[in-house]
Amino acid sequence: MLSANLVALCYLGASVLLILALKGLSSPESARRGNLYGVAGMALAVVVTLQLEVVQNYVWIAVAMAVGGLIGGVAARKVPMTHMPQTVAFMHSLVGLAAVLIAVSAFYNPIAYGIADASGGLRLASRIELFLGTFIGAITFTASLIAFGKLQGLLSGRPLVFTGQHWLNLALGLVMIGSGVVFCITQGWVPFLLMLAIALVLGVLLIVPIGGADMPVIVSMLNSYSGWAAAGIGFTLGNNMLIIAGALVGSSGAILSYIMCRAMNRSLLNVLLGGFGGETAAAGGPVRTDRPVKAGSAEDAAFLLKNARRVIIVPGYGLAVARAQHALKELVDRLVGLGVDVKFAIHPVAGRMPGHMNVLLAEADVPYDIVHEMDEINAEFADTDVAVVIGANDVTNPAARNDPSSPIYGMPVLDVAKAQHIIFIKRSLSPGYAGLDNELFYMDKTMMLFDDAKKACEAILQSLD
Amino acid sequence: MNGAGADIGQAVAQHGAAVDPFVFSFTVFVLAVFVGYHVVWNVTPALHTPLMSVTNAISSIIIVGALLASGPQELNLATLLGLLAVGLVSVNIFGGFMVTQRMLAMFRKRK
Repeated sequence: MLSANLVALCYLGASVLLILALKGLSSPESARRGNLYGVAGMALAVVVTLQLEVVQNYVWIAVAMAVGGLIGGVAARKVPMTHMPQTVAFMHSLVGLAAVLIAVSAFYNPIAYGIADASGGLRLASRIELFLGTFIGAITFTASLIAFGKLQGLLSGRPLVFTGQHWLNLALGLVMIGSGVVFCITQGWVPFLLMLAIALVLGVLLIVPIGGADMPVIVSMLNSYSGWAAAGIGFTLGNNMLIIAGALVGSSGAILSYIMCRAMNRSLLNVLLGGFGGETAAAGGPVRTDRPVKAGSAEDAAFLLKNARRVIIVPGYGLAVARAQHALKELVDRLVGLGVDVKFAIHPVAGRMPGHMNVLLAEADVPYDIVHEMDEINAEFADTDVAVVIGANDVTNPAARNDPSSPIYGMPVLDVAKAQHIIFIKRSLSPGYAGLDNELFYMDKTMMLFDDAKKACEAILQSLD
Repeated sequence: MNGAGADIGQAVAQHGAAVDPFVFSFTVFVLAVFVGYHVVWNVTPALHTPLMSVTNAISSIIIVGALLASGPQELNLATLLGLLAVGLVSVNIFGGFMVTQRMLAMFRKRK
């Protein structure tokens, strides 16, 4: 048995280790060590908690941890990198659900947590904290499940919009807060459960109007919520480590949401109100397929690439859908062998979650020092012989810069238009997520290569021989 | 368990100013948000996906609450819910750290 002070100091040590885990992520080198700090911090926190006098139920706890750990471990090994967004969304829902369970348990038996007042009930401050922790956890739980369903394709990615939607949400939100206030005054189970039930429903209603293309923002936002839920539990238990860890995660998710919104030139409110990707696609008008484009063959592309000094590849999520990363990596290796300077340019919303494309390229063994962020590399397109766009569209659209009437006007885009030559590898002239035509298709210096991304990369590689 | 917060609250109270433990917790919370803000802006965008998976594991620190809930020896609603919560966050802790390590191992420099 450690003294209360020693326990608090161990928790402080664990908090510092968790901060170091995030700090390590400033570069891939330090990140691997940082992750081990995180593991150490978590292990310290668990061990110190297990030795507390109030924790006696060792056998059952060991069983629960073993079962959960086994499932988590197997999932971590098996999950394909393309499925990371839905995996992360699912994990957020687990944190939300666990927060709710802990809150219910604390309300049922406050003495176990040492938060009971003299009469065995909850102190007012604890009731308020419990209310906050419960409803944030509940919203995180169901909202993440819906996000998971949409990303996994179990639910339609189309936004579900109906009249009065926002008023309904507002009304439910007010009733939920009202029940929470009643709970804080009366400590009754009825207002508590009513508040919990409404929060669960609200989580669903808040996510259904949001389209598949906006899921990167939503996953980041739910990341943030799961942190605030953890901090809420920390307040309930009066445990600073939980508050610190929750605040770290909460601010991390908030920053990622902001970065994603900025990359799409949307406000968070605009994303949350939803409907994007449904009506907007129709407003963008039909794609004018009657305009002439210059289509080329794999041999033509190989010729251009072979004679280039500098090549920048712009990958989009279509690359991952076609499972073309490995074929592309072979093509890049060959070009580098021929003395061509090859770089990758990544738009912040290139994948289905922040940083997703970087992981997909890393999985294909593309070294991370030739993969550049948009802000780093945008100035280099003017000095580039060939830009190759694979499975991307909207993030290269010059209309975002030039056409104030375009729905994506103002969104930062990659300056592909400034390259000497452009090769677009695409299955057809179909529009991107925003449902917009792309001026790049019709430029003189653009060659369209209509094929599946993987087949195209393999064909170009063959033509290089 | 109210540990440090209550202690310091009482210590301050002895000097004439009654500070609620909540205020102390809130102080920690605000400072931690600032730390998080600065640390996370330093994360390279290339590692934003591992950042999300590791923060997932970190928010599973609420296992501390779950362990306290499942602590008492008799099995009742409170301990059963606690045990269920322990199982759920264990999925996250093991899964989150392991999948992060798996991703980070993929990031290699040019040979």
